[in-house]
Amino acid sequence: MTVRDFIRLFKKMIFVIIATAVLMFILGYFFPDEQAMSLAIMKEYSLEVILVFPAVLVLMGLVDIWMPREMVRRHFGDTAGFRGLLLSVFLGTLPAGPLFIAFPIAGKMLRKGARVANVVAFMGAWASLKMSEIGMEIYFLGVKFAFLRVVLTLIAVLGIALITEKMLTVAGKELTKESI
Amino acid sequence: MKVALAINLITAGLLLLSFFKSSRKTLIALKMSLQKGANLMPWMIGIIVLIGMMLSFVPEQTVERYLGGEMTLIQVGGAALLGTITMIPSLIAVPLAGSLIEAGASYTTIAAFLTTLIMVGFVTLPLEIKELGIKITFWRNLLAFIFAIIIAGMIGVLM
Repeated sequence: MTVRDFIRLFKKMIFVIIATAVLMFILGYFFPDEQAMSLAIMKEYSLEVILVFPAVLVLMGLVDIWMPREMVRRHFGDTAGFRGLLLSVFLGTLPAGPLFIAFPIAGKMLRKGARVANVVAFMGAWASLKMSEIGMEIYFLGVKFAFLRVVLTLIAVLGIALITEKMLTVAGKELTKESI
Repeated sequence: MKVALAINLITAGLLLLSFFKSSRKTLIALKMSLQKGANLMPWMIGIIVLIGMMLSFVPEQTVERYLGGEMTLIQVGGAALLGTITMIPSLIAVPLAGSLIEAGASYTTIAAFLTTLIMVGFVTLPLEIKELGIKITFWRNLLAFIFAIIIAGMIGVLM
């Protein structure tokens, strides 16, 4: 990271912090109840991100260094076939926080040579097929609802993944980094 | 909490292993992590602020008013839209859905709301575009919305 990058980042951070402070101030002035609730929710989410995100970043760095492109391509690339798709879904179901943490991981997979369908399947599973949440769903909404939703969602996740890939490669164009 | 602890312990273990194998490579990896983290930090803060503000202005009563009662096609569409634009953690959304069902809401409506809520991310679109590009983001979210409606319809028939 050059000094210039650092300064740019620093400016961005200052901007975000000031914008947040101003927003919260305005909110507190006109809607004090909503502000209190906003702050409580923000605290909850921040805690989740602070607890999980640094570890996820370090893991990504380690994977970047130790896992060669060839290996990612073998397990998640075009030739990995249905096994690659299933592996992506399985990885997505591992518990690890809100969906927006998965975006950088998915981006990394993509840049390391993973297939579009696998990356999208990973995100879909991360969002909707978390073990802990399925347990909660059974408890609050009943086993039949949870079972139907999980089975249908799994089919949908695979469908979304394959159609998204199809849409990107439409017109017979080779998928390149630029076309993403 | 347990999940966070497990992730951190696993990461620490792998970091140690990596350090034993090559301290030089490990330092490069850590530097990359730090850089990525610094780059994403403003985005994370922005998303968290937006989620917090949104959730406080879409309180449970609003959700109840729109999703409870007799099921209509408009209601199912509205539920899917509500799920799309809001971002409610499932820790809150699933119990809320349960109480809505008890209050007489239809399974179809609830399925449309829950499915778009977890699969389509409106607030996080900018970050998704930044990391994955506009094409993947567009198709993933559009298709997730369409599939959510289909799932809702099928759950309505099968329940």
